[in-house]
Amino acid sequence: MNGPSLFLPLIPLLPFVGFLLNGVLGRRLPKGVVSAIALGAPLASFLLVLRLGLLVWSGSLALPVIEPGAPVWLSVGTMHVDFGTVLDPLSLVMLLVVTGVGFLIHIYSVGYMAHEKGYWRYFAYLNLFLFFMTVLVQAGNALVMFVGWEGVGLASYLLIGFWFQKPSAAAAGMKAFVVNRVGDFGFLIGMFLLLATFGTLNFSEIATRLAANPELTGGVLTATALCLFVGATGKSAQLPLYIWLPDAMEGPTPVSALIHAATMVTAGVYMVARTHVLFDRSPFALAVVAIVGAATALFAATIGLVQTDIKRVLAYSTVSQLGYMFLGCGVAAYSAAIFHLMTHAFFKALLFLAAGSVIHGLGDEQDLRKMGGLRKKMPVTFWTMTAAVFAIAGFFPLAGFFSKDAILYEAFQHGSLGKALWFVGVVTALLTSFYMFRLWYLAFFGESRDPHAHPHESPWSMLGPLSILAVLSIAGGWIGMERFGAFLAPAVGTIVDPSVAPGGKQLDYILSALAVAVAALGWYIAHRFYHQRPDEPARLAVAVPGAYNLLVHKYYVDEIYSFLIVKPLLAFSRFVLEWVVDFAILGGAAWVLGGTAQLGGAILQRWQSGNLRSYAAWLALGAAVLLLFVLVPWTSVLAGFGIHLGMVAR
Amino acid sequence: MSLWQQDVPLSLYLLLSALLFALGVVGFLIKRNLITMFMSIELMLNAVNLSFVTFAHQWHAVKGQIFVFFVMMVAAAEAAVGLAIIIAVFRARSTLAVDRIDLMKL
Repeated sequence: MNGPSLFLPLIPLLPFVGFLLNGVLGRRLPKGVVSAIALGAPLASFLLVLRLGLLVWSGSLALPVIEPGAPVWLSVGTMHVDFGTVLDPLSLVMLLVVTGVGFLIHIYSVGYMAHEKGYWRYFAYLNLFLFFMTVLVQAGNALVMFVGWEGVGLASYLLIGFWFQKPSAAAAGMKAFVVNRVGDFGFLIGMFLLLATFGTLNFSEIATRLAANPELTGGVLTATALCLFVGATGKSAQLPLYIWLPDAMEGPTPVSALIHAATMVTAGVYMVARTHVLFDRSPFALAVVAIVGAATALFAATIGLVQTDIKRVLAYSTVSQLGYMFLGCGVAAYSAAIFHLMTHAFFKALLFLAAGSVIHGLGDEQDLRKMGGLRKKMPVTFWTMTAAVFAIAGFFPLAGFFSKDAILYEAFQHGSLGKALWFVGVVTALLTSFYMFRLWYLAFFGESRDPHAHPHESPWSMLGPLSILAVLSIAGGWIGMERFGAFLAPAVGTIVDPSVAPGGKQLDYILSALAVAVAALGWYIAHRFYHQRPDEPARLAVAVPGAYNLLVHKYYVDEIYSFLIVKPLLAFSRFVLEWVVDFAILGGAAWVLGGTAQLGGAILQRWQSGNLRSYAAWLALGAAVLLLFVLVPWTSVLAGFGIHLGMVAR
Repeated sequence: MSLWQQDVPLSLYLLLSALLFALGVVGFLIKRNLITMFMSIELMLNAVNLSFVTFAHQWHAVKGQIFVFFVMMVAAAEAAVGLAIIIAVFRARSTLAVDRIDLMKL
């Protein structure tokens, strides 16, 4: 290939080397060296990706880049899988987000995890995560993507259960892993269907094949798309598999920011965008994606209204925002979804990191009800958090405004179903604005509600990333949907352009104004409830106990799953273990073996009478039989009866 | 070539040997006294010795004669050990009836 060398394989490999060094030697290395390795690897990857971005921007690199002659991984029958990578606008944006935000969170972690015993272990896992995530993003075919997909799941499991001495953390890690397995099952079936239909897992080949056969729609493509989407709902915490994400907040806060907000959970959205050619051919699958996304957005936002744990509010907010992204995918506006993915990575990582700073400053206090009045004590955290809150609420001109607006506009243009989706999206925007400002008021305004708290501002290793992310949360959307969409169009197709669509710019402005108005309304309600009249929420909770309890208990979904799936499954496995395996198989084998030995012994012990004369009798009998055998010419005797043994017969 | 060799055929020697052996076997099987059983074993050994000598004479092979000496030697050693055991058993249990000496029973 002509042109500059790209070092694509180095992007995942550098964090992997970091993981190996820290994972193997970290325990013996001084802290400074561990930090240097842990920060150096992602920084180098980020610089490589940044260089790619600059090359593309300056026009000296044409996308997409699919390097030929990648080493073959598997070759079974007609299936060939190689380690090929794909670099197109989609993976470039995703790589920038993953390595950029990832590197910032690595820096932040140095301050946040400074006093942890497993410092080296933490950074080894974090680098491992970056390795798998970049593998996932760069993968040129579904199987390599699946490797990255499973790998980030592993890293997520290890990091959620980082404090594995805590039973709840260990259980949360397991829950995340098991729930993700359900989704992965869908992904696997989807891959089988791809193989059966196209005979290849290579994304570009599938796209070529589909382009060559325009008559191919629905049917098996719908099934494939839906199976892949099941995988996406697992990884990206959508209904009905979202339940692991709130529990994943047991992990360290930077992990929640990196894995469970900014990057890993968006892998599902990325996968749908990557395989969008399939979804484009199946209106039904697209509708399912859109409806699941919208339902999740609304559902999670309502739960977020009443949570009191600062990280859980953010977790439900993440689920809700991921719902937005799928809503965008579902109306075939993939570039809008990726745009929201990017801005969300900025402001949600910032929200989590700022929340981590609050938690750190208060000595591991996560309960919003015990916070308050932190505005003066933690000014940098306050201002960066403010930027993030305004960004996620969707105020002009912050990042969240542009991306959310793009998704809502695309939904509105998507027929009659689109109008309903748009309405759900607007209601979700109102709820989002309300619960974010609720968090903002509870944490930073009023008087401190815990007299024992001595909040202090965090070190600059944490505030630095916060500031950079704050700038990105403010300015990240200024590139504008048109330019971003045009950049992504070769990879994910075009979207409805407001400047040429019916209704045109006016409709876009009206919808934008409406969205901002809704966000302002949410702010006003939060202001009234949590700033002017702090006793009002409690009275409201008493006034509508049914609704309040439903939300506080998160619609009892965990309880329902426990009753419908977990308990019967446990009972069944216990039955299998105790009665089939333990009692029937193991016990049965012991009985059969022991019984045979006992029975045989009971028969054989007759000979061991201890009676000398009986021994003598057996001896004599044996000798007599032997004599009979030797002396009688048996072959001739038998031949007399017409029986021929082998030797004689010949 | 002596006279009696011609008068008494080989088969008679072997018959006597077999008879003695059978006597030994029967005695060993039906007697209860350890010493009697012991003597029956000696009887069987000597019956075998007789057939050894007979065949050695018949085939003019000295090996059979030598074998008899071996058997006698082993029988003597066996008698010494066997009688010692019998005495020990009698001292311990005041009986030589084999039906009562059945401690090896499971």
